[in-house]
Amino acid sequence: MSRIAVRKTYKLYIGGAFPRSESGRTFESLGQNVAWASRKDARDAVKAARGAFPKWSGATPYNRGQVLYRLAEMMEARAGDLAKSCSGRREVERAIDRVVWYAGWADKLPQVLGGSNPVAGPYFNFTVPEPTGVVAVLAPDMPVLEGLVSRIAPVIVSGNTAVVVISETNPIAALELAEAIATSDLPGGVVNLLTGYRAELGPILAAHMDVNAIDVTGAGDETTELEVLAADNVKRVVRGGSEQSPWEISAFLELKTVWHPVGT
Amino acid sequence: MAAKTPATRAVPSPLEWEYAPAPEAREIVRLEERYGLFIGGERVAPRSRKWFATTSPATEEHLADVALAGARDVDLAVQAGRGAFEDGWSTLRPAERAKYLFRIARLIQERSRELAVAEALDGGKPIKESRDVDIPLAAAHFFYYAGWADKLEYAFPNRKPRPLGVAGQIIPWNFPLLMLAWKIAPALACGNTVVLKPAESTPLTALIFTDICRQAALPPGVVNIITGDGSTGAHLVKHPDLDKVAFTGSTEVGKAIRRELAGTGVKLTLELGGKAANIVFDDCALDQAVEGIVNGIYFNQGHVCCAGSRLLVQESIYEPLVAKLKRRLRTIRVGDPLDKNTDLGAINSRMQLDRIRELVASGEEEGAEMYQPPCVLPEKGYWFAPTVFTNVAQSSRIAQEEIFGPVLSVLTFRTPAEAVEKANNTPYGLSAGVWTEKGSRILWMAERLRAGVIWANTFNRFDPTSPFGGYKESGFGREGGLHGLEPYLRFDR
Repeated sequence: MSRIAVRKTYKLYIGGAFPRSESGRTFESLGQNVAWASRKDARDAVKAARGAFPKWSGATPYNRGQVLYRLAEMMEARAGDLAKSCSGRREVERAIDRVVWYAGWADKLPQVLGGSNPVAGPYFNFTVPEPTGVVAVLAPDMPVLEGLVSRIAPVIVSGNTAVVVISETNPIAALELAEAIATSDLPGGVVNLLTGYRAELGPILAAHMDVNAIDVTGAGDETTELEVLAADNVKRVVRGGSEQSPWEISAFLELKTVWHPVGT
Repeated sequence: MAAKTPATRAVPSPLEWEYAPAPEAREIVRLEERYGLFIGGERVAPRSRKWFATTSPATEEHLADVALAGARDVDLAVQAGRGAFEDGWSTLRPAERAKYLFRIARLIQERSRELAVAEALDGGKPIKESRDVDIPLAAAHFFYYAGWADKLEYAFPNRKPRPLGVAGQIIPWNFPLLMLAWKIAPALACGNTVVLKPAESTPLTALIFTDICRQAALPPGVVNIITGDGSTGAHLVKHPDLDKVAFTGSTEVGKAIRRELAGTGVKLTLELGGKAANIVFDDCALDQAVEGIVNGIYFNQGHVCCAGSRLLVQESIYEPLVAKLKRRLRTIRVGDPLDKNTDLGAINSRMQLDRIRELVASGEEEGAEMYQPPCVLPEKGYWFAPTVFTNVAQSSRIAQEEIFGPVLSVLTFRTPAEAVEKANNTPYGLSAGVWTEKGSRILWMAERLRAGVIWANTFNRFDPTSPFGGYKESGFGREGGLHGLEPYLRFDR
């Protein structure tokens, strides 16, 4: 008699742990039962992301770069499992290379996106980019792994923390990625992954008063409701692209300008 | 110790000093009886057939009648902007575009006295400030962005910048011409055309600016100025043929605009309210800090979105600092905006005065202690004495809400960490101030304050090269500097 396989239970990824939905709900996707996240799960994820923000944004850029590179290492080690969850090996390789590419940006952003400003007076004045805070990401459906990584990496590389609503048509890729994230050195709460329904979770996050920005790249064309809800706390609404670019990072940055007199 | 007391007696208290009136002559501003809309390079009567009066808040004197643009007028202005964009402006050689902006900068400099007087007359701000801050900065802003017009590809490595199209721009009444410059200069430098709506209570300098456009021979329709009230602004924001909306004003209206534009894909920048913390440590240069506090909240009657309206004082220097501050308040000269010695002019409008009074009354009701120096306010016009509240609770309305007037709320803290926590305890995030002689502490604080502009050992400084804009509910996008270009561009890649 052949051996019966030990199947994996797929759960949410919040605050570095893998909880079930507090609602007890699941839905079936690609033959797997997947947690069906609730409003409470979304709020818990925002709380975890907010809690992780000071430490992650306060880490040195060198450190953040290494942690992202470590994520690429973990993805490489799990390339087989990841390949089964998406279109295949080639997509996994592109996703890994993208994480490596973004890892290298961590300690270059202020040099490319900030600078000193030659004001007409006896002041030293400089502008630095800073992370905006907690970012809600509505992940695109396709390409499921590369698309997901292409939206998460530019959000977190600068020090933001993310609450990601993952594709409901193929949540397995993100859940496999969660295991790579959990075994990388990303502190718990920096990336939180919610499986469930975008139509249910999107508006909850768009209206959440402790979310600073929402990435609607994966939400399709009909984002009017999300944009209306986002107005309540003046969230940044980002519609990004699928290419790798420092401008994908800058969409989730604030610019801070500091003045100081020059004198003896 | 003994040397301390005697010498000071010889000098009279500033309150006893007599100042002769030193009024700036107002004849340089030749007001017209009524001003039409500026659409397609021409002054036109409004299709709405409605007019409204602009008055001097210092005297309630009627200055001129101004057109109130209705929906049809807004439509004509946007059409004119679209026409000019497609008919040459967007394809004009950038170096030539730059020259128009350089011309405008020079014309503002040449007509600076006229503009400074008009600004003081219409808005109530002291001539000292319009002359030394508003108008020179407006000219500098055009000069700065003129130089960018033909260098945009150097600002965005590996990208191809393109103009957006027609920008609808709505500006507030606190720095009328300067806000016009902040809006129009980068928009034009990037190859867009604009429809700009000045604030209802301060249209005059924008209308004089239309004459500057004529003198600069700016192609018709590149700049369109439509005066009016909130309804005009609403028509503009809703216009279906805009590519860009830029708004400076209240957070409440900013949120409404954000909702209005949901799903349209129109690019938006918002520069909204603030409740800035001005944080004073016990090792600061105390006299300099007092000057900075005064400049932070009483500059422009406190009608400043980035005003240092929440003073956070380290407990150990609370008493000497408040004593010095109160003494300094007694030297602030409130009165005629056109008098060159005036420090604090008129409140911009009756509506704003009512708002300030309401919030000040709430401060007293909530148990804060109010101090106002003895000063005689003119009988006519809208006036409010410089005001300090001590014993203010964090939860008090005067510590939470933007007053937009010459009213300071004083709170205390013990440790740098507590100062950061209190400073960031607001939905706003526009600006903050830090006063300490310790360099490492300045940078430590600057890193942790969630605000777009940090002034260390200074306050309320502005420069065209310096990006300005908020975190959180103070808005998004930057104005000024290289970063002020992005809101007016799209990118092919």
